Amino acid sequence: MLEILLDATVRAGTPILFATLGAIINERAGIINLGIEGLMLIGAVAGFAATHASGSLLIGVIAAFVLAFLAGSIHALITVQLRGNQIVSGLALTMFGIGMTALFGKEMVGLTITGFERIAIPGLSLLPVIGKPFFNQDLLIYFSFVLVALIWLFFYRTRWGLAVRTLGENPAAADTCGVPVNLYRFLAVTIGSGIVGIGGAYLSLASTPMWIENMSGGRGWIAVALVIFAGWSSPRAMLGAYLFGGITAMQLRFQAMGTTISAHILQMLPYAFTILVLVISTMRLAKGASQQPESLGQPYDREDRK
Amino acid sequence: MKKIMLMFMILFLLLPHMVFAEKQVKPGFIYVGPVGDAGWTYAHDQGRQEMEKLSFVEPSTYIESVPEGAESARVINGLVRKGANLVFTTSFGYMDATIDVAKRNPEVVFMHCSGFKTADNVGTYFGRMYEPRYLSGIVAGKMTKKNVIGYVAAFPIPEVIRGINAFTLGVRSVNPKAEVRVVWTQTWFDPGIERDAADSLLDVGADVLAMHQDAPATLQAAEARGAYVIGYNSDMREFAPNAFLTAPVWNWGALYTKLAKAVSEGTWKSEQIWDGMKEGLVKLADFNAKVPAEVQALVSEKAAAIKAGTLHPFSGPIKNQAGNIAVAAGKTHSDGELLGMNYFVEGVQGTIPK
Repeated sequence: MLEILLDATVRAGTPILFATLGAIINERAGIINLGIEGLMLIGAVAGFAATHASGSLLIGVIAAFVLAFLAGSIHALITVQLRGNQIVSGLALTMFGIGMTALFGKEMVGLTITGFERIAIPGLSLLPVIGKPFFNQDLLIYFSFVLVALIWLFFYRTRWGLAVRTLGENPAAADTCGVPVNLYRFLAVTIGSGIVGIGGAYLSLASTPMWIENMSGGRGWIAVALVIFAGWSSPRAMLGAYLFGGITAMQLRFQAMGTTISAHILQMLPYAFTILVLVISTMRLAKGASQQPESLGQPYDREDRK
Repeated sequence: MKKIMLMFMILFLLLPHMVFAEKQVKPGFIYVGPVGDAGWTYAHDQGRQEMEKLSFVEPSTYIESVPEGAESARVINGLVRKGANLVFTTSFGYMDATIDVAKRNPEVVFMHCSGFKTADNVGTYFGRMYEPRYLSGIVAGKMTKKNVIGYVAAFPIPEVIRGINAFTLGVRSVNPKAEVRVVWTQTWFDPGIERDAADSLLDVGADVLAMHQDAPATLQAAEARGAYVIGYNSDMREFAPNAFLTAPVWNWGALYTKLAKAVSEGTWKSEQIWDGMKEGLVKLADFNAKVPAEVQALVSEKAAAIKAGTLHPFSGPIKNQAGNIAVAAGKTHSDGELLGMNYFVEGVQGTIPK
């Protein structure tokens, strides 16, 4: 049973994981992105459409990345170049995503594709308990493992990662050191958005290979909250996404096994967990243990430098 | 003289139109979801398109994804202002708004789906979906080998509970050993959760799934794991070519064309329509070839009995989950009892959250 539960956990958590990772890259550079939900939908519809047209899942994933990248560049243009309000721009991006995907997805409804299938990694997949859930999955899940490691390495082991982190903490200091602030912020927002798009593509290509309007079902908002839980670190994003996915998977299995706990209470758990996480992380903020990028949400203009 | 002749001729030509002229019907629709949901709203939209084929029906207007509640009154009003004279509001939550707008527009006919409030120019309509659900239960009961059947359910409201009960009664009528396990998703529309709920039922050993959801994720889950599945809303077999057995489906076109005709001929009057298989509003989708011929024959026989009125899925004796008699032998649940159903029949594994 534990194996099955872990397996469901990973599958439910992966789209949220991609979205959280993308959001972390955004916020590390100091830009809040509330367009995650919209970007996921754009990724989902683009991935599905491209896969349906080409027959190739890889092309689908690339299309999801590229389209979300382009949509993210709208947010980047407004918040980085034009120094607009990041909250408003992000919310607008979500609404834009919901509307546009509904419009362009109309043709896609009812079509079917063959989604990602499980590929067992020889050896590792035979491990007890963790073998099946972690090493008998589809390629996108393996990619998410790699991405978690890559993002961590990028931020903590490379000069560019340090530069991007500095943008989030103190863009003026970065500017003084010759870091091209706007270019790096622009890239962080667009690449982060692209990764969020892959999270959406996971929904339409792997978890349920179909397109249905609004299929992200609020996962983008969960990701926004998980960024804070994760303390802007990719390994902890993995933990958060799996915790959330795990609680969702668990409550459904409790029901299937025939528990007498009210489904209403079980259903509440993932969201209660999200609120709890936000409360705990804010409490930690008060103690000064915050890992939140110092300049998060503040537009940077060289002229305004103090 | 010529002029008089001409006038007579014109009158003569116009006469048939004047006497038999059917009132032009301009329908308007409010949908709760997108027409592309592959489920509930999609089925309504199919009905709308069928109605539009009638000669006296003008091109209709529809508005998708309208939030339920007071806000919807504005949208309904907008339809009336655009000239709609037959307005369909296709979700429960539009009930009060429909009554409101109807009061101010007495010349327009309103039809509200699944509600209970009426007025002189407001009627309600819904379908006896429990009839084909019962039949689909017979199919599931015959096809299960492990005697565990999973049911992915949306919200614990009478409509859904009635469906689960009818399905279970169908299952147990041919297979008293089988049980139906219920998982609530608390959403009409989230493919990810639906898929996970379906997987959780397969994990506890279910080999046939049924569902009351608006997306086809349950079908994909069954297809991926080699189980059987029963759809809902509309024929979704392309999502599960091997697993799909049949589906209880809506056929709103049957009712919509009837209503359009009544409005056009001026015979429409406010009533609460609850049509079933007899009227063609609900039906069972065509069987997959995997359903054995004798099961198909049995279901067809029962379907004929339901249409003829000799079989009612909710006629006693029916026991509830605790094993107590809920409907005595020789009795049948009244429509009122069916509409307020809030208990599970024997054979359902699961609880109704309160």
